[in-house]
Amino acid sequence: MKLTQKEVEHVAKLARLDLTTEEREKFAKQLSSILDYVSQLGKVATEGVEPTSQVTGLLDVIREDKVEGCKSESQKNIFENLPEKEGDYIKVKGVFEE
Amino acid sequence: MELNQLTIKEAHQGLVKKEFSATELFKACLERIMAVDDTKVHAFLTVTEGLAARQAKVIDERIKQGEEIGLLTGIPLAIKDIIAVGGERTTAASKILEDYIAPYDATVISRLKEAGAVIIGKANLDEFAQGASNENSAFTVTHNPWDLERVPGGSSGGPAAAVIADECIAALGSDTGGSIRYPAGFCGVCGLKPTYGRVSRYGLLAMTSSTDVIGPLTKNVEDLAIILKEIAGLDKQDSTTVDQPIEDYLREIEKGDLTDLTIGIPQEFFGPGLTTEIKELVQRAIGALEGAGAKIKEVSLPHSQYAISVYYIITPSEISANLARYDGIRFGHRSKKANNLFEVYTKSRGEGFGPEVKRRIMLGTYALSAGYYDAYYLQAQKVRTVISEEVKKVFKEVDILVTPTSPHPAFKIGEQVDDPLKMYLEDIYMSLASILGLPALSIPCGFVNNLPVGLQLIGQQFAERDILKLAHHYQQLTDWHKQRPAIM
Repeated sequence: MKLTQKEVEHVAKLARLDLTTEEREKFAKQLSSILDYVSQLGKVATEGVEPTSQVTGLLDVIREDKVEGCKSESQKNIFENLPEKEGDYIKVKGVFEE
Repeated sequence: MELNQLTIKEAHQGLVKKEFSATELFKACLERIMAVDDTKVHAFLTVTEGLAARQAKVIDERIKQGEEIGLLTGIPLAIKDIIAVGGERTTAASKILEDYIAPYDATVISRLKEAGAVIIGKANLDEFAQGASNENSAFTVTHNPWDLERVPGGSSGGPAAAVIADECIAALGSDTGGSIRYPAGFCGVCGLKPTYGRVSRYGLLAMTSSTDVIGPLTKNVEDLAIILKEIAGLDKQDSTTVDQPIEDYLREIEKGDLTDLTIGIPQEFFGPGLTTEIKELVQRAIGALEGAGAKIKEVSLPHSQYAISVYYIITPSEISANLARYDGIRFGHRSKKANNLFEVYTKSRGEGFGPEVKRRIMLGTYALSAGYYDAYYLQAQKVRTVISEEVKKVFKEVDILVTPTSPHPAFKIGEQVDDPLKMYLEDIYMSLASILGLPALSIPCGFVNNLPVGLQLIGQQFAERDILKLAHHYQQLTDWHKQRPAIM
């Protein structure tokens, strides 16, 4: 399995990750060797086998849709972590291009 | 003996008898940190001196008033810096969260605070708990106190090193694919990964939500039992926690002998790749357990060899989804070079994440992308089922699996940073318990060239009691866990 530069660029775009040319080259090589290794999973017979996505067997854990245990202090602290803000609003670059 | 060298139980007895105060206990740890951390061990990213001093003062007042105190009251703990401690810097050892102040306490932290534990600092890790050596931390590399040229293991390398260097009484880490057990092995401390769902993940910065578990790193098995009891249990804030009875583990592990336990030795964990010296030490430990009355049975888990590949598909996949939240919008680093919204995402993440995190995000995004999902992610989840069936069958015959923690002792810093696949394979004995959500622990079982060697015990789901009991009995027969490095 050999990943091409183009594939690496495509995946980086999907992942919203700005990579340098050097990183792209390195990852193409490293990801290929990792994928080669894990491709051994193809050797295991899994016909008719159900996938396991969780191990506790819990199903549909629900609760009432109401705010609980959220302190106003935590709210204030959350706002203090905003990279850029205006009043109580998160400031971002324009979503629509002009 | 210095106060910082005590175990939880010993320190508790001293506090009860008023031999020393909680403030003196925390100051002894602080002095030790000042003496060895910045210059040699580098286990801490933040020392929460103010918080610890305030907590200790309140506790001393309570003791003075004659209040009865619990086992964890006044005990200084180091917390892996991926667990939120409200009001304190919580970085996950990543530049993307360099200035992030946790807005609230993780459930485990509020429970420990309620039990009176003193938070002494935030300990180093591989960035977002991704790594086996601590070399992936964006801020510093923790050095193994047994040999400062070597890694402490990862990703909870900071907590493990802080415990063995006596910079705290005990610590809290997280284990996704070995991150508590592996560094516990390299540093010669005890580390427990509880059953998945046993301990709330609320306030643990998510890496792989389906295998992340918080657990203790301590100086002996009794202390593992003490902390587990306090942090375990159902939590409304984490819908994956399970309502299972929590036992008084400290009392349970003392009970009876080992004659009712059957230990399985999976031959696949003793094959090529395992250092001869470690194999001998582990076999000697098994011999000691047999001598103490446990029944020993050879078992076979032919598909366990695939556990690590399953792990390295599932983990990056979940990472690629979980780490999407670091987008430069609501918290964390925001790039100053972005010209538009798309670049805010790409550049903030490009600048903020280190190489291993980027590598895993790329791997996971690829494995989940159109056309590859069936071949990688779905196939991995199916093989997980195959392995699970095999292990369930073996657990009908045995109670506990015993294996080595790692194939070799701690390696040198820088030795294998350029080979990510080799680094992934460090987890070779770790992945099985992780992908199946089983409880597992590592305790020291000897030394090779003055480097500690770990013994891994894997139990059945929610049977922490059994592995703690077996490990505790082993520690009654041996004193490997009492050895301390001369930090030079």
